Amino acid sequence: MTAPFIRGAYAAGKVSIAFWDHWVPGANDVMTKLVKAWADKEKVEAQIDFIPSQGNKNLLSITAESQAKAGHDIFAMPTWWPQAYADQIEPVNDIMEPLIKQNGKVNETVEYLGRAKDKWLGVPATAGSQVKGPCSRLDLMKQYANLDMQAMYPAGAKAQADNWTLDTFLKAAEACHKGGKSFGIGLGETSDSVDAAGAFLRAFGGELVNAKGDIAVKSDAVRQWLEFYKKLMSFMPADVTAWDDSSNNKWLVSGNGSLIMNPPSSWAVAKRDAPKIAEQCWTHGMPAGPKGRFSPFLPFFWSIWGFSKNKAAAKSLLVYLSQPEQAEAMVTASGGYDLPSFANMTKFKVWAEEGPPKGTLYHYPNPDHLDTWSIAASPAPPKIAQQIYAQATMTKMCVRYAQGEAMEKTLSWAEGELEGFMRT
Amino acid sequence: MVDAAQSMTQPIRARTTRSGLRKFFERKSTIAFFMALPLMLLITIMVIYPAFYSLHLATLNKSMQRFVGFGNFTFLFKRETFWMVVQQSCFFAITAVIFKALIGFVVAHLVHNLPDKGQRKWRGMLLVPWVIPPAMSTLAWLWLFDPSYSAFNWILAQVGIGPIPWTGDASWARFSVILVNIWAGAPFFLIMYLAALKSVPEQLYEAAAIDGANWWQRIWYVTLPMMRNIIAITTLFSLIVTFANFDIVRILTAGGPLDKTHLFATWAFRIGIEGNDIPLGASISLFMVPILAIAAIFILRDINKRGNEA
Repeated sequence: MTAPFIRGAYAAGKVSIAFWDHWVPGANDVMTKLVKAWADKEKVEAQIDFIPSQGNKNLLSITAESQAKAGHDIFAMPTWWPQAYADQIEPVNDIMEPLIKQNGKVNETVEYLGRAKDKWLGVPATAGSQVKGPCSRLDLMKQYANLDMQAMYPAGAKAQADNWTLDTFLKAAEACHKGGKSFGIGLGETSDSVDAAGAFLRAFGGELVNAKGDIAVKSDAVRQWLEFYKKLMSFMPADVTAWDDSSNNKWLVSGNGSLIMNPPSSWAVAKRDAPKIAEQCWTHGMPAGPKGRFSPFLPFFWSIWGFSKNKAAAKSLLVYLSQPEQAEAMVTASGGYDLPSFANMTKFKVWAEEGPPKGTLYHYPNPDHLDTWSIAASPAPPKIAQQIYAQATMTKMCVRYAQGEAMEKTLSWAEGELEGFMRT
Repeated sequence: MVDAAQSMTQPIRARTTRSGLRKFFERKSTIAFFMALPLMLLITIMVIYPAFYSLHLATLNKSMQRFVGFGNFTFLFKRETFWMVVQQSCFFAITAVIFKALIGFVVAHLVHNLPDKGQRKWRGMLLVPWVIPPAMSTLAWLWLFDPSYSAFNWILAQVGIGPIPWTGDASWARFSVILVNIWAGAPFFLIMYLAALKSVPEQLYEAAAIDGANWWQRIWYVTLPMMRNIIAITTLFSLIVTFANFDIVRILTAGGPLDKTHLFATWAFRIGIEGNDIPLGASISLFMVPILAIAAIFILRDINKRGNEA
């Protein structure tokens, strides 16, 4: 005689999730609440770990779990990692396709990073995904560069940024530098520096390695980009070559900088520590280059490991978290920092209302789709691009050239490095 | 009768086995083995298994699906950055160890000559840099060297010097990481040398004084020969630890600018974890083994030779 089936509190099993540990106080609590609401409804026991990216703790955990073939069911993987472990990840086409139908298309960077051939490797996560576009000081840009960034990117209205080009950008950098309030764009080897260099390279139409995997570094576009960076570096503090991801934040918050490239975290810190400076900060789109405007976009993906024992429940959770209502709750909890990747999710109230100054984040989610969200080193095949990105080949090229190395020598050095990244 | 005999021999055999086991467990070597067993297990799990596993990883291709033998090593030999890292690691380790030994030697003498009463306080204070976890103390150094807000540069600016690009220029960045390593590691030499100094018999100095030896001759002919073994062992130990350093460089410069401060460990992390090329990262970290093995062989052979002479 079999025992009678009793539908208990956790009848649908257990799911463990490794979310990115959000830097915004309270954002993790909202995520916990959302997951708990889903778990109660679905009768699933949900176990959450928030894993920080400081010290690459999340990368180490991903590597360890992939080696051990055991760990969380769902892991919030940053940028390149779904592609790196494509063979070990459960395809999520069955949930991604309906989500795209429901929420609108995803941008090309999400497709590039999140899909291997026809296999979706994860659902683009709202929590943690960010754009590192420019954040300008309204007063300083007006005073030194005669530019009204608020008029170019008005809150609640379409951008009027035709004049916001790379030439204007360089002239503004020079003017602000002369005024003692330089732009602060890092040229170290960490993510912020690499992301900025990659976005400007795309604006010139340059690629270090093309989509087919061929080295394309010796092109006019790359040469133009190096010339541009050499000029830009002469208008920035001499120590930008040593900057890490916190340096540009400090540059803005200290009141020394007139423009940085960062998600609104630096503005949020200024709001807390230097409110007078925060009141003058405005987040907006990238200047247009010969090939368009490219913003550095860094999405996270919620991926399900192939070894997960409860894939059905994991997929159900990801569908739930990707609903507009849940996405908006996350974006609101993060003070507008988090960015959903779906086209219909760019006009949440929080971006229009956050301040001071009110509307400072209105253009952060690119509501007019003026900028192309891209990632540095794309469109190279992701496994090659990951090497270019991790080894900061682009910023090293800029620094070498700006420090006096001959252009062709810099390009040849880069070519040698890129050949090394081709190994399979 | 036979049954009776058997029944009598059985307890004797059992008694013999029991006493044999008892003797076995009472043997000093058995006790020593069991006492060392937890450590041996720990070393097997934490050192030997990972070492063999990294050897295995180093023989795989990038996607870890194919055996490539020495392919990763031959690939590295062709990379410019690899040879730069070899040079930098050697320069970093040798320079830092020399300065740590010199500073440790001088300060050990100073402390040794302090009156007994205050000596303990000084010993305690001088050990602080070595006792603080390097990740924490290096963070403090990072703020002192901060590219834009360096406290050192602020002080230098008061006397019209600077600013110095502590972590932004290759030479200064190398200087900075070596300086922090010396700061953190010199107390280890100090304490070892101090212990060695205290074990030098006073009569030897008295005899040298009677022979008219000056201060330098006493150091050269008495102190140094008596400390030779401890200097060799300390140098070897420090060379290994310094060569394998990770935290100081990782926190202070992350290998930059332009890879000019990378050591084996930091470059292995960059390639293996951040670049997700685990086999190549494992191969880089394994390069430390032959280099350190050669150093260890020379130093230990020298110590053995002197031991035999004695």
